[in-house]
Amino acid sequence: MSDLSSLLPILWGGFCTTLAIFGLTLLFSIPLGLLIAVLKMSKWRLVRYPVSFYISVMRGTPLLLQIVAIYFGSYYLSEYSGIGFSFDRFPAVIVAFSINYAAYFAEIFRGGIQSVSKGQYEAAYMLGMTRSQTFFRIILPQVVKRVVPASANEVITLVKDTSLAQVIAVTELFALAKKQQAAYASIYPLFVAGVFYYVANLLLSAVFAYLERKLNYYK
Amino acid sequence: MPILKVSHVKKSFGSLDVLKDISFELNAGEVLSIIGPSGSGKSTLLRCITQLETIDGGEVQVDGKDLVIPGSNPVKYSPAKVLRDIRLSTGLVFQNFNLFPHLTVLQNLTIAPVRVLGISREQARETGRRLLKRMGLEGKEKSYPCELSGGQQQRVSIARALAMNPKVLFFDEPTSALDPELTGEILKVIKKLAEEKMTMVIVTHEMAFARDVADKVIFMDGGVVVEQGTPEHVFRESGNERLASFLSRFSQS
Repeated sequence: MSDLSSLLPILWGGFCTTLAIFGLTLLFSIPLGLLIAVLKMSKWRLVRYPVSFYISVMRGTPLLLQIVAIYFGSYYLSEYSGIGFSFDRFPAVIVAFSINYAAYFAEIFRGGIQSVSKGQYEAAYMLGMTRSQTFFRIILPQVVKRVVPASANEVITLVKDTSLAQVIAVTELFALAKKQQAAYASIYPLFVAGVFYYVANLLLSAVFAYLERKLNYYK
Repeated sequence: MPILKVSHVKKSFGSLDVLKDISFELNAGEVLSIIGPSGSGKSTLLRCITQLETIDGGEVQVDGKDLVIPGSNPVKYSPAKVLRDIRLSTGLVFQNFNLFPHLTVLQNLTIAPVRVLGISREQARETGRRLLKRMGLEGKEKSYPCELSGGQQQRVSIARALAMNPKVLFFDEPTSALDPELTGEILKVIKKLAEEKMTMVIVTHEMAFARDVADKVIFMDGGVVVEQGTPEHVFRESGNERLASFLSRFSQS
């Protein structure tokens, strides 16, 4: 058990990095996802097509590859062309995660927005509401309720996906656990890391269950 | 001067001519019923006047304001400001209510007066409560639409339209989505509004109601006005064959 008391502080440090990746990714990817969802429904093809392409690339290639591409890509770009700038490891992870998750959120939000009936727009229009009033006061609140279950899935996946950050040597929870695995010559640290992920997701599931119940006041 | 003037309105969806030269007038305080078989263009006509659809020809005037620039061909719509004024002077009650499900009954009634007309929250609430009382919905202000019966929901949506104080109120088959035993309560409310001299245009399949409540009846078929006049004229005196066969189908069912 003395093992655990020395292991836990180390893993806790990694877990804080994991939480930072998690929190910042949500902070950026949700608004970005909403914006992309709206752009994908644009009536202009010049807007719609690039957005569709972006979503298909984000969903069609591994996040692992995207992290590597953002980090090394920006590095080589600044190295050889003299223009641009290179990301540090942590910001590169945040950028890669944010644009990847924004693509997934965008599709969830689009589904939510399109599931609101045309009658809601017409009723708001007849009452003289502007387009932005209609979107933010009538449509969006109904979308929130509809996207909570699907978003819960994404958020829980994100907790586990943070472990991919180790590919560019960001010392998040799993990277540290692997280091300790070598030091301890045992897979025991990995299991402890697993418990961290599990407990975090248990809490998140509870939060989402609460949200769903909260939003259940109307049908 | 008529408060609503529709002249030679045309509308087509692709190659399908839905409205082919519709004209009528309505004075303030009058009630107009529009009847006719499904697909005759009644609802489209309503949606054109309320700007949910655009017209392809003709002119519409609401409370002296032109929806399209007179004489323009192809039609050119008036500036946005005028269209907005027209929209604010017209209210629409939908067949399937279209209440805002995430808002309480009272919030449904106050959101537009507060956000669009800039009326104070307190005053909007007071007006809302008064309207709910008129609709026989006291005590329902904190309910959500999903907790109400269809008839109650439709009464809320009538109150929501009235809260904007429209000059003309349009009804698009207001009882068609309701169980037969609930249609009566809606028709009663509309009758009461008629007695209070609310100007209304009602598309309906309730023939007895159309006859009793209206000052004027229009029978549409195939995108044209086949017959129009007083209820007396349309329901009794008209010798029109299409109208007669339409009405006889209704008395059978």
